[in-house]
Amino acid sequence: MKALVPVKRVIDYNVKPRVKSDGSGVDLANVKMSMNPFDEISVEEAIRLKEAGKIEEIIAVSVGPAKAQETLRTALAMGADRAILIETDETVEPLAVAKLLQKVAEEEQPGLIILGKQAIDDDANQTGQMLAALMDRPQGTFANTVELDSDSVTVKREIDGGLETVKLQLPAIITTDLRLNEPRYASLPNIMKAKKKPLDTKTPADYGVNIAPRLTTTNVSEPPVRQAGEKVEDVDALVTKLKALGIA
Amino acid sequence: MPLDKDTYDQLIETVSRFVTERLRPLEGQVGDKDEIPQDVIDEMKELGLFGLTIPEEYGGIGLTMAEEIGVAIAMGHTSPAMRSSFGTNIGIGSQGLVMAGTDEQKQKWLPRIASGELITSFALTEPDAGSDAGSVKTRATLDEAKGVYRLNGSKRYITNADKADLFTVMARTGGEGAHGVSSFLVPRDLPGLSVGAHEKKMGQQGAHVCDVNFDDVEVPVENRLGAEGEGFKVAMRVLDRGRLHISGVCVGAAERLIEDMVGYASERQQFGKPISSFQMIQAQIADSKAECMAARALVEQTARKRDAGESITLDCAATKLIASEMVGRVADRAVQVYGGAGYIADYGIERFYRDVRLFRIYEGTSEIQRSIIARETLKTGG
Repeated sequence: MKALVPVKRVIDYNVKPRVKSDGSGVDLANVKMSMNPFDEISVEEAIRLKEAGKIEEIIAVSVGPAKAQETLRTALAMGADRAILIETDETVEPLAVAKLLQKVAEEEQPGLIILGKQAIDDDANQTGQMLAALMDRPQGTFANTVELDSDSVTVKREIDGGLETVKLQLPAIITTDLRLNEPRYASLPNIMKAKKKPLDTKTPADYGVNIAPRLTTTNVSEPPVRQAGEKVEDVDALVTKLKALGIA
Repeated sequence: MPLDKDTYDQLIETVSRFVTERLRPLEGQVGDKDEIPQDVIDEMKELGLFGLTIPEEYGGIGLTMAEEIGVAIAMGHTSPAMRSSFGTNIGIGSQGLVMAGTDEQKQKWLPRIASGELITSFALTEPDAGSDAGSVKTRATLDEAKGVYRLNGSKRYITNADKADLFTVMARTGGEGAHGVSSFLVPRDLPGLSVGAHEKKMGQQGAHVCDVNFDDVEVPVENRLGAEGEGFKVAMRVLDRGRLHISGVCVGAAERLIEDMVGYASERQQFGKPISSFQMIQAQIADSKAECMAARALVEQTARKRDAGESITLDCAATKLIASEMVGRVADRAVQVYGGAGYIADYGIERFYRDVRLFRIYEGTSEIQRSIIARETLKTGG
C-alpha cells in the first residue's frame, strides 16, 4: 500500500510574523520557513506505518514555489521514499490544492492520504475535507490514533467532548492532530541520503487544474496589543470587578 | 566529499533545532544533576552526532573540517557538556584511529564509534604530564612471548572516562622525551584497568573527568596505533583538529551569550527605559559581537585551510587562543550586563561563565597556544 503525504512550506513556528505596512498580507521576505508542524506529524505517522510493515511506499507532495523543494527534502530525510513538487508562485487556495491532490491520487492510487489538519499560516483547515469530498472517499479528521488494517483504518478523532472512533474503508483520507505522535528529527546520515531520492517537478497545468484564487484578501492586521492588567486588593474586590465587567 | 549547500544547510538547521527544542530546556537540570539523561544521549546517537567525523565507509558521515565547524558552532549554543557527550567520539577519542589506524583496526572499531555503541576517551594527561605531553610516565612494556604490551601507570582528568568503552592511551615504550611515546587502543574491560570516581568540577556539569589506572594491563600488540614512538606525533595531529573544533564551540557559546545579553538588556528597565539604550551596555554588546565575528571568521578560515591540506599548526593554535579568550570575555560581560541576575543561578548566565572557563585550559592552555604561535612565527621569520 502507498501513502500520499502532502506537506506545505510555511513560516517557521518560532518566527513572530509581521504584517506588511500596507496590510496586504504577512511579510515573508527573509523570514525563516519550514514544514507545517501538522504535516510533520503526517510524515511521522506514515513512516511509523511503514516501519510497522503496513505501508510499502511514502510519497510526499507539495504545492508551492521552487523553495518548497527544501520542505520535500525534509520529508525525504525523515523517511519518505520519493517526492513530487507541483511548482507555482501563485497563492493556491485549499480547493485548488485539493483538486491537485486528487489528480496526484488518481495517478498514484494511494491507500491512505495523510494530511495535517491545517497549516499554521492560513489556519484554513479545509484541504483534507475538500479532498475527501472531491474523491468521494471516507475521511477521519483530527486523528489522535491511527490503526491501519488491510482494507480499513480505524481513527480516533479529537472532538470537543473527548475522542470519537471511526472506521473507514480504504482508500481513505486522514488529517492529523497535534497529539497523534511526536515527529522525529531527520538523522544527519538520512539528510545526506535524501539528496539521492527522486523528486519530480510538475506544474498545475500538467494536471489541468485551474488554480486561480476565488477569494480576495482585503486586509491583514496585527492582533490588538494586550492592555495592561490591574491589581486588586482581595477576592471581594476581584468579584466586584468581574461583575462590573460582565464576566462573572 | 563536501556537501552541497542545500544538504549542508538542512544538516545545520536540524542540529540547531535539536539544540533549541531538546537540549536548551535541559540545561538547568543537567547543571544541577551533573548527568545528561540517557534518552537524550540516545537521541544524539540516532541523530548521527557520534559519527560526524568518521569516514562514510566506516559508518559515519565524514564531514569536512569546515562542515564540522558549522555543527560545532550550532552545538555551542547550548551547555558545553551536551557536546562533550559525543565530543570524544568525534574528536580526540577517534581521530587517532582515523589518522593512524590500520584498515583492520578501523574496521574493528570505527563503525561502533560512529553509531555511539562505543564511547571513546583519550588518555594523555597524567599527574606529572599535562602541557608537557612528551613527559608521560605510563609505561608500556613489550612481552613478545605473549604478544602483548603490559601497561602500568595513571592518567588524570580523562574526559568521559566513566562511560568510555575504548581508550586511546599514550604510554612510553622507548626512552625519554616525545619520541619514546606510543599510542594504544585499550578496551575498558581488560583486566587491571580501573577508572576512579569522577571529579567535582567548576563547571560543565554533565561531562565527567576521572583518573584511569593501569595495573599490568595486557594490551594485544595489534592494538598499537601506528609504529612504536609515533604516539606523540599522532596525539599532536589529533589535538590540532580538536583545537579547531573547540574554537567552533567557543564561537557558538559566545553567539548564544550575546543573544541572551541582547534579550535581557532589551527587557530589563532601569531609570525608566531598557538598559540596552545605555551606551555603556551597548559598548559591551558591541565589543562582544565584533570579537565574536572576528573569531568566527578565523575559525572558518583555518577550517578551510585544513580542508585544502595546508599546514595549520600555527593557525589552530592562534584560532584556539583567540576563540577561547574571546568567549571568556563575552561571558564576563554577559554576567555584567545581567547585573545581579548574572550572579543568580536561575538565569543560567553564571553557569555559562563557569562552563566556558575550561576552554582556555583544555586541549592546550592559552600559554601553550602562545608558545606554539611564537615558535612557529620565529621559525618562519614573521
